[in-house]
Amino acid sequence: MNVKRHPPYRRPMTGWWKRDPFFMRYMLRETTAFAVAAYAIVLCVGVVRLAQGEAAWNGWLQGLRSPLSLLLHLVLLLAFVIHAYSWFQIMPKTLPMIKMGGEQVSAGAIQRTGWSAAAIATVLVLALAAWWQS
Amino acid sequence: MSKPRSNAPIFWLMFGAGGMLSALLGTALVFITGLAVPLGWFYSPELLSYPRVLALAQHGLGKLFLLAVIALFAWHAAHRILCSLHDIGIHKGLVAKLCCYGSAFAISVVAAVNLLRVGF
Amino acid sequence: MSETITKSIVIEVMRYRPEQESEPVWERFTVPYTDDMSVLQGLQAIKDDQDGSLSFRWSCRMAICGSCGMMINGKPMLSCQTFLRDFAPGPIRVEALAHLPIERDLVVSVEPFVKKLESVKPYIIPKEPRALAQGEYLQTPEELERIEQYSSCINCMLCYAACPQFGIDPEFTGPGVLALLHRYNADSRDGGQAERMEVLNAQDGVWSCTAVGYCSEVCPKGVDPARAVNQNKMNSATDYFKRFLLPGSKRGGKP
Repeated sequence: MNVKRHPPYRRPMTGWWKRDPFFMRYMLRETTAFAVAAYAIVLCVGVVRLAQGEAAWNGWLQGLRSPLSLLLHLVLLLAFVIHAYSWFQIMPKTLPMIKMGGEQVSAGAIQRTGWSAAAIATVLVLALAAWWQS
Repeated sequence: MSKPRSNAPIFWLMFGAGGMLSALLGTALVFITGLAVPLGWFYSPELLSYPRVLALAQHGLGKLFLLAVIALFAWHAAHRILCSLHDIGIHKGLVAKLCCYGSAFAISVVAAVNLLRVGF
Repeated sequence: MSETITKSIVIEVMRYRPEQESEPVWERFTVPYTDDMSVLQGLQAIKDDQDGSLSFRWSCRMAICGSCGMMINGKPMLSCQTFLRDFAPGPIRVEALAHLPIERDLVVSVEPFVKKLESVKPYIIPKEPRALAQGEYLQTPEELERIEQYSSCINCMLCYAACPQFGIDPEFTGPGVLALLHRYNADSRDGGQAERMEVLNAQDGVWSCTAVGYCSEVCPKGVDPARAVNQNKMNSATDYFKRFLLPGSKRGGKP
């Protein structure tokens, strides 16, 4: 019997990330990169202004006080929190099996360690800044 | 049919380093520099005054810290953005790579040059 | 003594008959069902009583052969262990596994997957020649623990339907095959890591993965392919730099 072999049908991938909440959360995680980039640029501009002298530096500080900058940094803050949360959430997938006391270290334990480290680091930075200004 | 080795490891390691640094320190830094000090919350405006920050940037460790934060944040973001572009249909071609990694490189160089310009 | 079937559920199936249509079309069926019926049994009822041309793969009916994978309400599932009662009154939308080319109705092309699987040498490659007289390999419980979950893969391809990177780039080796590659690399009996590095190190090896993680969510056997792929990024990166730092060192290393 001579059956005509048709090429298999390929479905398009457009808008794939809208198909499932899981993918939407993944895209949210990935877009935090824009916030990380934005903050790196803000700091970089700061360093440039610093090298240009006191007047330029004070101009940069003044810019940080503008409503636009404050709103931007509020958004950046939220994005950094989402980044920190999602970073340690995925961390168990990146590690080989670790054993402690004869038992495998669970994914949950790895995540909680990461989130705790982020919380502690945050407190340390805030405290260090407070100490530095005194 | 042999498969060529990818150069992704270089960029992935920097993505990882930047991701870890930003996950640990980013929230606090954004809060302090972008909200607390400008609004006068908990910290005095003096915290980011020119003499203080200059002293920090002139110190060897201060330079390293500032460069690490700026550069690694930039390389982390560049890699992730390149991947996100791929996710929405923009192929990881030479143009995309030059725009993303090129920007991170530019930010790193500008930061490094200016951190040297402030002196020691 | 048979139960009188009084309830029905609507099953919408994406049909594709290349000899009569150029694009897939949705077809609605109303199927009488009982609480113990799987989606697979629903499809079998359609084929038996309503449309004998409905094409789908199945075999064991007990989630071990890996044949009956399909998209059920947009999620990759094994139809033999998904139950009609959980979707009542429906409609349930049943479609061929996502990201894979459709041959007919719910039947997808499997050949590329098989070729990729062959490319990772999915068998023990002994570290050194071994005589029968040496007897069996001995393995500690911990050595087994390192590979056991990855050895559970039934090649059902749900992870490929879950993986958007595979959907975007069908050349990506993909979660299931990379999990099996890891299963062999991590086996204490195996000495073939160096031979498998080429697949790992390529752009469509581990480096196409962006840790979406949905593959591990949908895996019916708890293989956790996302972990297999992502932990090997460090192995691949180490291998990348070892060439320059330690030129004489053994390739691959212990995962």
